[in-house]
Amino acid sequence: MTGRSLVATARALWPVVLLALGGCSNLELLDPKGDIGAQEKHLILLALGLMLLVVIPVIVLTLAFAWRYRASNTKATYAPKWAHSTAIEVVVWTIPCVIVAFLAVLIWRTTHSLDPYKPLESEVAPVKVEVVALDWKWLFIYPDYGVATVNRLAVPVDTPIDFELTSASMMNSFFIPQLGSQIYAMAGMQTQLHLIVDTPGTYAGRSSAFSGPGFSDMHFDTVATSRADFDAWVQAAKAAPATLDDATYKLLEQPSVKAPVTTYAGVAPGLFDSIVSRDAADRMSTLASNASTPICTTPEPASRRND
Amino acid sequence: MLGKLSLDAIPFDEPIIMGTGAVVALGGVLILGLITYYGQWKYLWTEWITSVDHKKIGVMYFALGLVMLVRGFADAIMMRAQQAIANNDAAGYLPPHHYDQIFTAHGVIMIFFVATPFILGLMNVVVPLQIGARDVAYPFVNSLGFWLSAVGAVLVMLSMFIGDFAATGWVAYPPLSELGYSPTVGVDYYIWSLQVSGLGTTLAGINFVVTILRMRAPGMNLMKMPVFVWTALITNILIVAVFPVLTATLAMLSMDRYFGMHFFTNELGGNAMMYINLIWVWGHPEVYILILPCFGAFSEIIATFSGKPLFGYKSMVYATASIGVLSFFVWLHHFFTMGSGANVNAFFGIMTTIISIPTGVKLFNWLFTMFRGRVRYHSATLWTIGFMVTFAVGGMTGVLLAVPGADFVLHNSLFLVAHFHNVIIGGVVFGCLAGMSFWFPKVFGFTLNEFWGKVSFWCWLIGYWLAFTPLYVLGFMGMTRRMNHYDVPGWHPWLVVALVGAVIIGAGILALIVQIAVSIRDRKQNWDLTGDPWDARSLEWSTASPAPFYNFAHIPDITSLEQHWEDKETGRAGVQPRYYEDIHMPRNTAAGFVISAFSFVLSFALIWHIWALAVIGLIGMIATFIARSYDRDVDYYVPAAEVARIESARYALTRKAA
Repeated sequence: MTGRSLVATARALWPVVLLALGGCSNLELLDPKGDIGAQEKHLILLALGLMLLVVIPVIVLTLAFAWRYRASNTKATYAPKWAHSTAIEVVVWTIPCVIVAFLAVLIWRTTHSLDPYKPLESEVAPVKVEVVALDWKWLFIYPDYGVATVNRLAVPVDTPIDFELTSASMMNSFFIPQLGSQIYAMAGMQTQLHLIVDTPGTYAGRSSAFSGPGFSDMHFDTVATSRADFDAWVQAAKAAPATLDDATYKLLEQPSVKAPVTTYAGVAPGLFDSIVSRDAADRMSTLASNASTPICTTPEPASRRND
Repeated sequence: MLGKLSLDAIPFDEPIIMGTGAVVALGGVLILGLITYYGQWKYLWTEWITSVDHKKIGVMYFALGLVMLVRGFADAIMMRAQQAIANNDAAGYLPPHHYDQIFTAHGVIMIFFVATPFILGLMNVVVPLQIGARDVAYPFVNSLGFWLSAVGAVLVMLSMFIGDFAATGWVAYPPLSELGYSPTVGVDYYIWSLQVSGLGTTLAGINFVVTILRMRAPGMNLMKMPVFVWTALITNILIVAVFPVLTATLAMLSMDRYFGMHFFTNELGGNAMMYINLIWVWGHPEVYILILPCFGAFSEIIATFSGKPLFGYKSMVYATASIGVLSFFVWLHHFFTMGSGANVNAFFGIMTTIISIPTGVKLFNWLFTMFRGRVRYHSATLWTIGFMVTFAVGGMTGVLLAVPGADFVLHNSLFLVAHFHNVIIGGVVFGCLAGMSFWFPKVFGFTLNEFWGKVSFWCWLIGYWLAFTPLYVLGFMGMTRRMNHYDVPGWHPWLVVALVGAVIIGAGILALIVQIAVSIRDRKQNWDLTGDPWDARSLEWSTASPAPFYNFAHIPDITSLEQHWEDKETGRAGVQPRYYEDIHMPRNTAAGFVISAFSFVLSFALIWHIWALAVIGLIGMIATFIARSYDRDVDYYVPAAEVARIESARYALTRKAA
């Protein structure tokens, strides 16, 4: 089977898989609302289709052989000494190798194109959001607008959203299923994620890494609106009564469950960076902080764009 | 004096726990009473507790696994019930702190105290018999390893009634598992139960590597070893390689907790990501440690019940070995979403998919073993076919999770939970239960009841699919794992179906217990007088059922991969030898049990910070070990006349049966 026909067969299988899985309307991963989510949906279906090319025959052959060669079926050939066939061996090693070769190429390409750290290409300037996982709520800081929210993420559609994430204590995973990729939020670390929304609406956001007793309530709504509505929301936020100064943040940082949606008109400058590096002052050695650099802190976005 | 231990440690305010505690205590008193009433203490002590016979140790491992399976399943059904109730943000009946302990305990118990004892039990029973040895290389170490595992299980059980268990998830990621966020003794119970049982597993691993490499019967070169022995060899090499990593990781976590160090804390340069890497450097090979012996068991079973040699033996060996090697290069796929670069993620994703090549080859080899065979539908065959179908799907979803771009949305979802239950139930549990029904007569001398075996199989198979297919779907609905309650009405019906599936699995476990009980009751009708009830192919079927304590009157000479089959073909099987020799055997010892008892004292004291008692426990362990080292009376000879008497009785029975 040539590579092209393999892919073609996999493509032909898509509708079948879609029908099987998509019969339910609330399958969020199969109903993405942004480009990253859409790419990941197609990746899942393509990879599944490729693998089903082997898995279905294996299951069918297992059941067929088990039935055909049942002891009571004396008409079937019985070859009590037959235990080796070079031809079959070559085939059974080759088939998985071919599939894996395709998957490997697919993995290499998509892992790079879907790298959560990779800024999205768009003519629209991105909106920056700094995300802090607190016990047990999400804090969203909009550094460009000087506003912040708790447990409600407002974003404009068709605009790249550049997330920078950290945690004040527990490890969490920031995940909006319908928009695509998740990424961990970890104390003393800074991770990145780039997402985009193409349809206005409200999408569930979750923490997908268990973080203690308040974990199950640690979800938020992602409200995607038109740019104009988003700008209006920013203006309204700027008029909110509360501001997120250091004292308010200290209070907010205390563990709590089901924290109400709150909007802050102002944010203490450098709050996010100070949460990330809060412990830097008492770090024993530069070695320890260097050790975390290659994996999780921000490389120069410009240089990442170039490669 | 008592450290952190006080009456407050007993959760009097938790009716579920206290009720369970009462039942366990009553059951325990009942069992102890019955043993006393029937005067069986001496029998238990001399024949089981101090035994170094690998078959008896194997049986005890299996018994431990079965008891803990019931406990682990109780946790599972409680979780399923909670999620089936806690719709629309309802609280359900389990408060988060209790629920979080339950899912942690469920994972810990099922991996460390069910699956691990099962495979160690299988290897104990089968490996020496298949290689023509009279015991393992270090019989005392074998006994010690088992009792250390048992102590680990006791600690986990105890945590429910005295104090609490970890509420962190089964791999106890920091910073949640650090003292600041988990100040109770729960994580300490976790650490010490795994340290003690992990030591036991490491000792077992060393023991089996040496046994397989040094104690094979003359003529059995590596490529004449049965496939089960090959899988056991690779598994034990993996155990020896990775369990020390777990020990070191947990040791660092305990130093954080006990000495205020900062390996994995948020402060002072601690780095939780290091823990996550280390735990999965152990954790991923661990799943191959569990599955490989099951692959071996399926290979033996499918060949026997197809009436054909295993198709592609060499392929099978190379596939097993390559899985063993590759298992070290995939650990990062457990956290693609931690922010590693694309190159790193892609490397580990590709390495993971490569493992599906040897695994796929194995599936093909099993199905070509059935090809042109005469397949007998024993329950062991059903488990094998059920496994092949189920595992093919589980392998596929595993490869899907290995694609980083897919994992970015499937990670930590119920899709992931469905995947690993798919491979662990469909692979490890099916494999161990298949192995149990296959090798049971070799240990006990009678076969298991087939009807209840088949009932159990169908309940497990249907229950598995009903319980975990909804979880695959829920993963696509965006439901994440470990949720105590939720506010998405669309998830609810699927979780109810999953509960029904879990109940059916429960019926499967019940059928398993009934099977064992009925088989013991009807044992007189099901004696295996031939030693070869399945018309099987490898060496263990050439000796009597139950295998005598010395396994083989004469160490066999190996000329063929399927020695027993060849002997049957050439008429050499079942011929009584003309003379016998004295047989050299290890003596029973209480040292393993005593050292483990002291390890319990040590761990319990460390968990509760009772330092004086901890010193007593540690000194007790070391002193017993030293005393044992000076004991020169560790072996004896079975006189040839005694061997002749046992063997003649066996051949007489076989002739009568024929």
